[in-house]
Amino acid sequence: MTDATIQTARSPRKTSSRTGRIVLRTLLYVFLIAFALFYLMPLFVMLTTSLKSLDEIRTGSLIALPRDITFEAWKTAWSGACSGIRCEGLRPYLLNSLMIAIPGVALSTLFGAMNGYVFAQWKFRGANLLFSLLLFGCFIPFQVVLLPMARVLGILNMAGTIPGLIFVHTVYGLGFTTLFFRNYYVTIPMELVRAAKIDGAGFFRIFWSIFLPLSLPIIVVTVIWQFTQIWNDFLFGVSFSQAGTQPVTVALNNIVNSTTGVKEYNVDMAAAILAALPTLLVYVVAGKYFIRGLTAGSVKG
Amino acid sequence: MAPILDIKNLYKSYGATEILKDINVAIEPGDFLVLVGPSGCGKSTLLNCIAGLEPITGGAVHINGKNMTDVSPKDRDIAMVFQSYALYPTMSVAKNITFGMKVRGVDAATQAAKLAEVAAQLQIEPLLNRRPGQLSGGQRQRVAMGRALVRDPALFLFDEPLSNLDAKLRVEMRTEIKKLHHNLGASMVYVTHDQIEAMTLATKIVVMKGGVIQQIGTPAEIYNTPANLFVADFMGSPAMNLIPASVRRDGAFHRIEIQRDSAEPLVLADQRPLNLPDNVIMGLRPEDIAEAGFRAGAEVQEANCLIDMVEPAGADTYVVSQLGGKQVTARLHAETSARAGQAMNLAFDLAKVSYFAPETGERLN
Repeated sequence: MTDATIQTARSPRKTSSRTGRIVLRTLLYVFLIAFALFYLMPLFVMLTTSLKSLDEIRTGSLIALPRDITFEAWKTAWSGACSGIRCEGLRPYLLNSLMIAIPGVALSTLFGAMNGYVFAQWKFRGANLLFSLLLFGCFIPFQVVLLPMARVLGILNMAGTIPGLIFVHTVYGLGFTTLFFRNYYVTIPMELVRAAKIDGAGFFRIFWSIFLPLSLPIIVVTVIWQFTQIWNDFLFGVSFSQAGTQPVTVALNNIVNSTTGVKEYNVDMAAAILAALPTLLVYVVAGKYFIRGLTAGSVKG
Repeated sequence: MAPILDIKNLYKSYGATEILKDINVAIEPGDFLVLVGPSGCGKSTLLNCIAGLEPITGGAVHINGKNMTDVSPKDRDIAMVFQSYALYPTMSVAKNITFGMKVRGVDAATQAAKLAEVAAQLQIEPLLNRRPGQLSGGQRQRVAMGRALVRDPALFLFDEPLSNLDAKLRVEMRTEIKKLHHNLGASMVYVTHDQIEAMTLATKIVVMKGGVIQQIGTPAEIYNTPANLFVADFMGSPAMNLIPASVRRDGAFHRIEIQRDSAEPLVLADQRPLNLPDNVIMGLRPEDIAEAGFRAGAEVQEANCLIDMVEPAGADTYVVSQLGGKQVTARLHAETSARAGQAMNLAFDLAKVSYFAPETGERLN
């Protein structure tokens, strides 16, 4: 009855609302494409510049396409660019970054999962307070902790080493990884743990056999998040490393800032793209799981 | 025989809030105990205390003759079926059922044999390789029961296992659980808020309210002789009529007088040897008020009543009349000639009446 009234009331306006929809849709696409182009502009400049020779950069326009494509700059950036007195390109530093990021991501994700599991399913006295304190860790500006952390690393004999940087990133990643996993696990009914308890499974057995296999979406989210954080980190990298253990962000800075004489823009651009490539890759490969995982926990909760 | 489950003076509190107060229940092997009550009455907490999932504040829980008060759930020789089924989502049905055995280190051959046996019993063989997410509600229910059955425990615990199913399936599964209980001869404790489930399944019912046991008895005892007003009102659908009445003694009789707005007070004579106070609440189930002439018995008395409403329900017709300020429902046969707004003779079966004290709500007869 009510349905019918609404239908008839709507029908005269049907045609006009239809053209309205098309106009809106077109406007939407125009705006989206404009914004996409706007944001892609720097990448375009970086890519074209990296493929030009220095002469061409000096003489040509910034946004012109390269006349002769050359990969010289990429080669230099990869293995020949100088940062300070060493001229090995980005290669060793990319390796450093990988050696920091992979264990750092793995450890902070694993510990985050365990923390989240405890906070969500094994409530204990003071759990909420402890969780709030952990969350506090998400919002601490990292500059504040530089000096105490340097002291701690010194005491642990890890100053200037790659394990030291892994340690720092694991510790400061825990706030977010715990938050992610805890929010994901609170949506899992308590009864699951109870059933497993009656089946005879203990704390770790329940975690490994039941919770971890359930966690793929949130693991993807956490891995992307942590990988981006650790890979892109400059502050900890520059503070807690020494010659030979610097991550790629620090090396990139050195290459760009420590050249004398002519600025090799093409090498700088190529190096910057190289340094950004892994995070880009992670987003492209796992991006759709990222969105899915982020919303999976929130909708039900 | 020794009781299979013996709960002695059990107390449970969260901080200062007492959830369960002085619970004493015992059941014999083969009993089907149903804990029933409105939500928040503590029945699920009591079940969790039996399972060992919640620590208790006082008292003791004995299962199969052993004191299990401080024993962890896995060693209590119990199996439990949960309201949400709590199937492990990433495991196949077969793995769900064998998970407990795997954890306990049972060898693979025994696991396979037991799995096959239970799968056949519950007719879930075609489902064994599926994930819980690919099953319907009824199938999940079966798998959850399979997980309990495979354990072959001394005591089965069910926590509102049917409340997530639609009405038709619920009735089917109810019958199936009853059949299962009959075939296995197993001892079961079953929590529900549905009093019909309680009546149909139980050999023994515990009615709870506010963490206190109101009455323990067989379904017939609970239904026919409720211990207080709460039990009388809670058990039975439609609910028992609870009519305020005044009592006058007349020799060996009690004259029960019920006020009416529209007519003279309704007076019934109860000839049973009773000792009633001046004011009572008279409890009479709808089926104990019939159309005059359709009910026979020494204590049946007829009276003319004004019918306010007629509700045909297919098999029966319910009529409502105003008595003692209450809407009183009577359950008549389907072809009754009752019409709303007309008076008719109703037969009250006084042999079935329960009397309650208005102040305390306790049963008087």
